[in-house]
Formats: sequence, C-alpha cells, structure tokens
Amino acid sequence: MERKDDFKDRRKHLDGLSDEQLNKRFWDLLDQVVDPLADLAMTHTSPAIERSVLLRMGFSSLEAKSIVEKCQQFGLLGKGVGNVVLKASAISGRPYREAGLELAQGNLWSQVEAELAGGAK
Amino acid sequence: MDVNKKLNIPELLKDLESYRPRRKGWTWRKSLPRDTQLGPFKFKQISKSLKNYVPLPAAKYFGNIDPQPECIITTEIASGRFEDDIRRMRMAAWHGADHIMVIRTAGQSHYDGLIEGSPEGIGGVPITRKQLRASRKALDIIEDEVGRPINFHSYVSGVAGPDIAVLFAEEGVNGAHQDPQYNVLYRNVNMIRSFVDAAEAKKLMASVDMLQIDGAHNANATAREAWLVMPELLVQHGINCAFSLKAGMKKEYISLSTVPPTATPAPELYLDLPYAVALRELFQGYKMRAQMNSKYMEADPREATVNHTMNLLISRLTSVDIQSTITPDEGRNVPWHYNNIAATNTAKQMLIGLDGIKDLVEIKKDGPLRDKVRELKERAILFLEEMVEVGGYFKAVEAGFFVDSAQYPARNYDGIVRHADGGIGPDSVFLRDKDYFAPVCQHYGNNNLPVGTKKACDLIQGCTLCHPEKIIYIDELDEEDNAAKRLEVMADHREKGLLRPEVEWYADGVISMQLFYPTSARVAEYAALAMAEKMGITEAEIINRLPMHPSEGTFLELKGKVAIDIDPAKLDIPEEVPLLTEEEIRADIKAKPMTIVGATVGQDEHSVGMREIIDIKHGGIEGFGITCHYLGTSVSLEKVVDAAIETAADAILISTIITHADIHRINMRKLHDLCKEKGIRDKIILISGGTQVTNDIAVEEGMDAGFGRGTHGHAVASFLVDKRRTLK
Repeated sequence: MERKDDFKDRRKHLDGLSDEQLNKRFWDLLDQVVDPLADLAMTHTSPAIERSVLLRMGFSSLEAKSIVEKCQQFGLLGKGVGNVVLKASAISGRPYREAGLELAQGNLWSQVEAELAGGAK
Repeated sequence: MDVNKKLNIPELLKDLESYRPRRKGWTWRKSLPRDTQLGPFKFKQISKSLKNYVPLPAAKYFGNIDPQPECIITTEIASGRFEDDIRRMRMAAWHGADHIMVIRTAGQSHYDGLIEGSPEGIGGVPITRKQLRASRKALDIIEDEVGRPINFHSYVSGVAGPDIAVLFAEEGVNGAHQDPQYNVLYRNVNMIRSFVDAAEAKKLMASVDMLQIDGAHNANATAREAWLVMPELLVQHGINCAFSLKAGMKKEYISLSTVPPTATPAPELYLDLPYAVALRELFQGYKMRAQMNSKYMEADPREATVNHTMNLLISRLTSVDIQSTITPDEGRNVPWHYNNIAATNTAKQMLIGLDGIKDLVEIKKDGPLRDKVRELKERAILFLEEMVEVGGYFKAVEAGFFVDSAQYPARNYDGIVRHADGGIGPDSVFLRDKDYFAPVCQHYGNNNLPVGTKKACDLIQGCTLCHPEKIIYIDELDEEDNAAKRLEVMADHREKGLLRPEVEWYADGVISMQLFYPTSARVAEYAALAMAEKMGITEAEIINRLPMHPSEGTFLELKGKVAIDIDPAKLDIPEEVPLLTEEEIRADIKAKPMTIVGATVGQDEHSVGMREIIDIKHGGIEGFGITCHYLGTSVSLEKVVDAAIETAADAILISTIITHADIHRINMRKLHDLCKEKGIRDKIILISGGTQVTNDIAVEEGMDAGFGRGTHGHAVASFLVDKRRTLK
C-alpha cells in the first residue's frame, strides 16, 4: 500500500509560521532527533573507539587490534582499553607500552581482570 | 622543484617513517578585493593567481591570465595506484584544483581496523599511513610549485571510523567525508555502532580543524527519481549537521555535500534552483560543497559537460564554498588523467565566466520559486515530525523512511530498511562503566579520569596528537602487493625514459579514438572493432556510441591498448623557436612600422596559404599592424623584388606550393640571388612558406626562414620582429 501525497492536509499547522519560525522549527526538531544519539555516544564505546585510543597511546594498528579483541573477550571494553593497559603496566611494573604488548600476546589478562572486574559498573 | 622535471616517485617513497605534515586543518582561498584588475579586466569574485599554471586556451588573447575563482575546486583522483595518482594531482593543481579527494578502495568500509602499506586498490586507493604520507609529501612539493595550499581529503567511515579519524588527525589530512547515515544506509554498518563511532571521529576531526563533508548526496544518487528525494535530503543534511555540532565541530568546518538533483532533458533549473535556495536558507553559517550531478550520466562527455555547466550556474546563482567536479568520462570508466583536468577546467571556466553575475541578475522574491522553497522546507519539517512521532532516528530507519522513491509525505514503502540489531557489527557497542577512562586527548563522551588528572594524556606522558614521535609507522605488510613491486615492473621502461601512451597508470598503453561510420550503430560498432584489430590495438572496446541517424551514420569512441614504445632520444625534433607575445609584436610595429611584400611565385596559382598568413581575419600578420602588399599568384621573382624596393619593404614573403622538380628550392635560391644582385639582401628579410617547406630547406636555399603546414600569422610576425632587431 502506497501512501498518497497528503502534503496539503498535513501542512496545515505550518501555514501560519513565518520563514524564520519555519527554520527554527526545522532545527528544533533536529535537536529532538539527534540529542538521544549524542547521549548514546556519550555513554558507550566500541572496539573501533578503543582501537583509536590505543593508536593515540602509541600502539600500531596491528597491536591495537589484537589488544582490543582480547579486551572484548575478557568483557573489559566497558572499562576502557587505555585503563586496562595502564592497569597492566601497574601490575607488571613495566612501562605501559611494554605492558600493552604483553596484553597483545595474551599475557597479564587474568591479573588485570581480577583487578578491574570488581570495579564500579 | 624544476617544472621541467617529473616527480621522482621512488624518491617520494623514501624516508616516509620520519615524514611529518607541515600543517593541519583546512585552508580556504583568500578572496581578492572586488574589482581587482587582472590583465584587461576587473573581477568581482577571484582569489590570488597561481605562481605556475596552465590557463584556459583562450587566455592567450587576454594576456595569459588565469583568474582563480574565490571558492575551492575539488578533483577526485583515485585510480587504485597512488604512485600514479600523484602525477595527476600535480597536473590538476596547475589547472586550478586545490582540493584533492582520494576515493577509498572497494571494501575499505568493512575493514575492521587500519590497512597498512601500499596494496593496489579497486575503484579507489587503500587509504593507509604510507599512502597518506607519500601523497602529502608530494602535495607539499606541488603546492610550493603552484603557490597555493592544497587540501588533501579522504573518507572517515565504515567500521573503523575512529581509527581512521586518528590516522587523519595525526597525518594532517585536511578534509574528510564523515556521515554516520552513509554507513547505515549504503554500507549497512550497524546504526547504533555508526553513531557511537561517528561522535568520536567527529571530535577528532574537529580537534585539527579538518573540514567535514556529509554524505547526503548519496540519497540523490540512489533514489530512483532523484528530484523527488529533495525533502529527505534536507533532513539528512540536518541530522549530520546537528549531530556534528553535538560532537564539538564548528559550523564553519561542516560542509553540506549538495548536488543539483536532476539533469536535462528535465527542466533542470526549474527543479533544482528552488532546492538550492531552500538548502542555503535553512543551513546558514554552514559551508556549501556543490557537487556535480553523476546520477544521470551516460557515456557522452559532451552531454555530461553541459549538465555540469548547468550545475555550475546554480552554484553561482546561489552560493558555493567548495566546487567539486565530476570528470566527463565517469559515466564510462574510472576517470582518466586528462578528464580530471577537463572537469577542473569546466568549473574554473564557468565560475570565472559568471564572475559577478549577482550584480546583474537576482533570484526572484516571489512567484513559483518562493512557493517551491517554502514547500520543500515544509515537507522536510513534516518528515522530521513523523520521525519524532515514530520514536526517533533508529525507529524511522527501521520503518524505511529513507531513500523512499516517493516525495515525502507520499511513501512508496520502497526505502532502505535497516535494523538496530542488524547490519555489520551489531552488539558491538558497550556501556562505559563508572570507572571507564581513556588516557588520551580528543576523546568524546564520558571519561572518568583518575582524580587529580589535569590533562588526559598526562597519564601516558603525552598522546600521539601531542607527541607525534610516538606514532608507530608500518611500511609494508605484504611483500608482493605494494608500490615498490609495482614500480619494478616498468622500472627499465622508466629508467630508459621510453614513452607509451597512458590514461591512468604508468605506460598502461590505453589509447582512444573518435570515428564516424556512415552506417547504423550496431554495424558501425563491429566495423570499428574489426578496424582496431587490423591496427594492432588490443582489448578494443566501444566506450561511446551516438547514432547520428538510424542508417546514415554513427559517431563512436573506441578505446584499446598498444604496446608501442617510443624512445624520445631517437626522435628528430626540430628546435622550437619561442614566439614573442602578441603584445610585444604590436608594440614593436607601432614604434617602428613594418612593410612586407607577399606573392605566390612561379607558375603557381595557390593563394590560400599566403592569405592565411597575411589576412587579419585569419589572425594573419596584418592584425599586428604590419602593412602588407599582396601581389597575387604566379608572380615573377623579379616583380616581387622590384615591388619590395619600390615600397621600401622590410621583408619579402613568397609562397611556393608546387615542388615538382624542386622548383620551390630553385625559386628560393633565385630570390636570394636577385636580392644580392640588387644590393638589398643584407637589409631585407626573406621568408618562404608552403606545405612542403621546412625551415631547414629554406635556410639551405638562402632564406632567413621557412614556414610549413599549420603555421599561423603569429609565428611569422614574431620572426619578422625578432629578425629585424638583428639587422643594421
């Protein structure tokens, strides 16, 4: 079933609006549409975002990919992978880059998990 | 960089591990004041001219000026091999492009992470750190050569948007496409993931003043009837703009990718102009990236160019910040070198041709245009109202609101449907815990850094955005699929400096030709292919066929390959004599008048060649102010010399078309001897012309110069003035 063009009926409530008011209405509605999307992004993360954090920490794309995959397997992405790497550094007493490479190799995860899993949700 | 030297590609690929971009962020052209004088004209809407350039062909009549419009001009270059694209970028820059857009290889959107090295692409280039650095390094050289900053641009989308945004921010990429709706609708990336990732990507882009272009134009290209999708286009632009502001972008770095939706034979302007006006009214303060229409492009470059010219008219009648271009061959193949230049020139030519048009005409403030503008805005608002009513963006996409083929609020229910739990990368978004944090700069959203942290990256003694030396550079991952290996294939050819035609890649051997057969399209096509085979052209293909009449004739364009190499070192190329400019010649003649006597000598009735050289209508030497006495055809040499003495001529021009028994040589020699006899040889310039005459032959026979087929008056006038200066 197609919907016929009922523009003439639908637009009636817009009839009295000036061009300026029309423009304002357009942007007000857009705010209503995008606000929840911006909030969602504010409170969530993703493997790509976490990889981008590791890149900024000075890991290569290959290292970042490997660390994030493992972080996801251990259910620790919600902690932030940068947080995880710094925790691994503190636990192992090694510079964070070395600790991160250990994580990429699959090491140190159980200790990090033990430290972080109890943390705030 | 010496303009006579080619870019050294192997050299560009060296030391990339230590390359750093010289600047970050987008650069606009700087407008010159209204009525800036350039050559004989005053311009209203231009920017600084280039240091080195190739002007439009007709510029020679206007002092070789190459006025540059005030807006940016984009060209998209991506053949799959960036090492070849770099050369095309240099050529495009000389013609006026200062926004070089590199399309990504097919499939990069779905690549979960960064691609490294320099693998070959399909329909685009794999965007990697190495490719970005090599291209940017080349653009540094090119922008110095043309004397204007060049913006480098690619795409931040797919399932690795934030990764790519970091890469671009680190490597000084100046502009990028970023629009989560593109991911959702056309790449089927999970929509929740797309928006969460997009916020991070946009924040990173904003941090380095990277210009963003949205993806709304894709709705135009995808919709069945593109002119019906206008209300939705306004909505799509709006969603990306509003979301970008939330992510921290400034309006002046947010650009709308707008395309006039339709094309002739539709009444294009009547449909597209109101849309362009509505868009600019709703999106004040944002930048307009005006793209050309590619939706209705066929194989004929002429038709495409006319449509693109119409698009440019709309740009100038409304406004444009970035004028993007579509190559006239995009309807039939991946763009060829010279078609990027053709498109750039179409934009430059039209934008300059319409310079100041708004001083002369204005868009009407009432009538059908205003009504349509209002209607489009209202339809877009109704679209948004229904989106809110159904529960927001995700619900609306699930209900197939977007790219429906009907004009909203009509619905054909054939829009693109995506589900919040579907697509690529579903369930890959995670709630940030209360102790979540990221110890880096330019991170969007909640970041619960340890108490007392002043700056996020203090925790790691600086992130790569603050300390680029921390970036890890990967050169190559694939030992076979890389630029160095590709360059090796033709290394010998390159080394020897051999020449083989190309359109895309180094020495790809592709040639094209235009031909006409007086027969039907189908027969013509097979005839052309058979002829190509006889010519030794391989992989021949018809790329354009235009029937002139069902039976009387067909115009065809054919492409194919040749493997013929020419060694320029072995060519016998006569030395080129640089011409004086037309102004210089005129000034010289004005200061010191010149008279010549001309005739076709011997038993020779040909007059066309001489008339071409003399006649003002044909751009002949009369046009430079030279007084010409034309004596006619079959004139005896004695008569010519006598006339020269009588008129105190500076020069004698003889035309010798007939060459039977070397009569042309004999006549030249005889003229020289006669002038000697009469004692005027050292005071007079002798020139001979004709289809079989060369300068070498003429000089051998005692002339001062000889001119052959294809000579124009300018060359003769230039020689005359130059030579006279050397006479006592």
